Amino acid sequence: MIKPGTILWFARHEMRLAWRDWSWLLSGGHSRHWCFGALGLIGVVLLIHGLAAMTLPHSVDLMAPLEKHALVAIGGTLLLYASLMLSQAMESVTRAFYARGDIDLVLSSPAAAHRLFAVRIAAMAVSIMAVALVLAAPVINVLAWRGGARWLAAYGVMAAMAMVAVAVSAVTTILLFAAIGPKRTRLVAQIIAAVVGASFVICVQFLAILSLGTISRIEFLSSDTVVSHAPQSGSVVWLPAHAAAGNWPDLAIVMAIAAVMLAGATRFCAPRFATLAIATAAVSTGPARPVARWARWRSVRRSGFRPTSPSQALRGKEWALLRRDPWLISQSLMQILYLLPPFFMLWRTFYGDGTGAMLLVPVLIMAAGQLAGGLAWLAVSGEDAQDLIGSAPITPARVWRAKAEAVAGVLAVVFGPAVVILSIIDPMLGLVAFLGITIAAASASLIQFWFRAQVKRSLFRRRHVSSRIATFAEAFSSITWSGAGAVALVNPWLAIIPGSTALAVLAATWSISPRRS
Amino acid sequence: MSPLALETRDLAKAFDRPAVDGLDLRVEAGEFYVLLGPNGAGKTTTLRMTTGLLKPDRGSVTVFGIDALAEPVAAKQLMAWLSDEPMIYERLTPLEYLYFVAGLWGIGAAESEKRARELIEVLGLTLQAEMRCEGLSKGMRQKVALAGALVHEPQLIILDEPFTGLDAASARLAKTMLRDRVNAGCAVIMTTHILEVAERMADRVGVMSNGRLIAEGTLDELRRQAGAGFATLEDTFLALVETDEEQAALAT
Repeated sequence: MIKPGTILWFARHEMRLAWRDWSWLLSGGHSRHWCFGALGLIGVVLLIHGLAAMTLPHSVDLMAPLEKHALVAIGGTLLLYASLMLSQAMESVTRAFYARGDIDLVLSSPAAAHRLFAVRIAAMAVSIMAVALVLAAPVINVLAWRGGARWLAAYGVMAAMAMVAVAVSAVTTILLFAAIGPKRTRLVAQIIAAVVGASFVICVQFLAILSLGTISRIEFLSSDTVVSHAPQSGSVVWLPAHAAAGNWPDLAIVMAIAAVMLAGATRFCAPRFATLAIATAAVSTGPARPVARWARWRSVRRSGFRPTSPSQALRGKEWALLRRDPWLISQSLMQILYLLPPFFMLWRTFYGDGTGAMLLVPVLIMAAGQLAGGLAWLAVSGEDAQDLIGSAPITPARVWRAKAEAVAGVLAVVFGPAVVILSIIDPMLGLVAFLGITIAAASASLIQFWFRAQVKRSLFRRRHVSSRIATFAEAFSSITWSGAGAVALVNPWLAIIPGSTALAVLAATWSISPRRS
Repeated sequence: MSPLALETRDLAKAFDRPAVDGLDLRVEAGEFYVLLGPNGAGKTTTLRMTTGLLKPDRGSVTVFGIDALAEPVAAKQLMAWLSDEPMIYERLTPLEYLYFVAGLWGIGAAESEKRARELIEVLGLTLQAEMRCEGLSKGMRQKVALAGALVHEPQLIILDEPFTGLDAASARLAKTMLRDRVNAGCAVIMTTHILEVAERMADRVGVMSNGRLIAEGTLDELRRQAGAGFATLEDTFLALVETDEEQAALAT
């Protein structure tokens, strides 16, 4: 029998909650679907293993000692994972502070709150490692299969990285609290989470464009320029890479450093948890915040907030809500961060010889599909006042049209300049980009419309959970339209094949969607 | 003879079990009608069907002579709906929210500004008028939502537990505003669990149980239906519902 209020007792409680979350994710809330969910998961795991086996070049000798080229490749991959883990950890730590959930109950009880937070820090590390392993495990397993059991040490490095990510995030959040207060911390931490996740990929792409004129990360990391500038293979920088490749003493050092960092962060942060959690409670119930004079002038006098028609009211409302929510902007427009390198390349191409712009068209189409999907979800499913809209004297068709126009308006602002520049470089490029962006965005919006649900806007981050079919369909549709755009630039007739595939994806998605009148 | 503000005939909706079962309801213009019933009696389902938020399985809904199922837009133009937990946009100010609602009902900018500012003032929200709703208390949000229900000057106001979260002064203000609208010829249909409110405000009361209207009339008429000796509405209501529950138990 575990004594209530102890660390073990809290740990058991957290494990029970985590297990039920996972069960729900697999079954979607229906016990009969659990089996299908588990089978689906196994299928995805096998698929990723197959992809990993095909992607890893057979020419590489995985048994041989590591050379500098290999160290750079492994180190780069680990850094990519580290940036993603750090992003996820920042998000999790912020959620732990701000989501009220059971915090009020725990804080009002005589149990020691610092124990709960100590357990939650550990739970975050485990969950972050689990998510990272979904992508990394197939690669590690294939490496171990072809290069020997020593590669299994990479699992240890992943665990160490998860511990370091959580430790850094927890301490950063506490320091942000002290420096800028609870209200700003939430926003800043969430923006940091969004930016950190994309930063490594974007930086490498920028460097690749500058040095090699390509956007490919792999080409950049394996280039002689990078390898020649990298530290010598005996450098301490490569400790994690050596550890991942099965150097057991290095692995022990990496894990020990990570464990010490996590223990130190827990000791530093856990006792402060109760105080900070109480401070965050004031954020949601704090005094009303006046709209800045300039914003008031702009929003009321100029925007849709003196609307004369329902459509104008709906469009203006969507734009104002998006504009005024920095967290939503950071989340929904995160894809735009990934567009910075392509835009940079486009800019260089514009002043260069014109080649290479073709590569950007599929990237733009793909990004437009993804961004449109997110915005359409916000406008359709994330409508916070469904009853008000439902009871207003407007036909549903007019509501959907106004919301689609709101989405299209944002896309026009984001992608319009790129289409114009492409059209100046080559009208054909501009035409294909315009058509591709429009069709991909329309497809993603339609999928969100078919799978619409009544969800709170603040659940944007978890929108993928509400319908996995819609998520996969949206991604698959964007990918196929992007492929169609790429093929159309080479041979417009050949684009019929990927275009038909995309239409088939849409038709299949519609046929299994909960059709509503 | 002027048409009824609301008339439902044989209105029915079932989820796992019948929620509303063949409901006939008639509310006249200039009448304050209160719908009472225990939890799960079908009150909210009835109101949601009349406002077009839920499709009935059968039956008809007529608003001022307009078939609300055949011509929902025309019917909605005359109605306002306020739920017990109204959702307002956190990042709009109360004033912007009212402009938005007025826009949905197609009211011109000048007129909507005049009405919105009037309501803001009457409801004591002047200081908060240009602050984002995210920082408002529950009672203030309720007031903003109430203003939203009145800004387009509906002829039929449908309210589901509208006084939840309002302080005494605000609740009295809201009641006065609603009574003024009724005196001006509007019809108000309201559900409440606060029987004192029903007793003081209702011209007629309908009592629902198990999806059916089991009693209807003025307070005196209800007392007579419930039997002699029931002085308060609470006693009358409990007696009516208890009798219905007993009859339902016997029937099964």
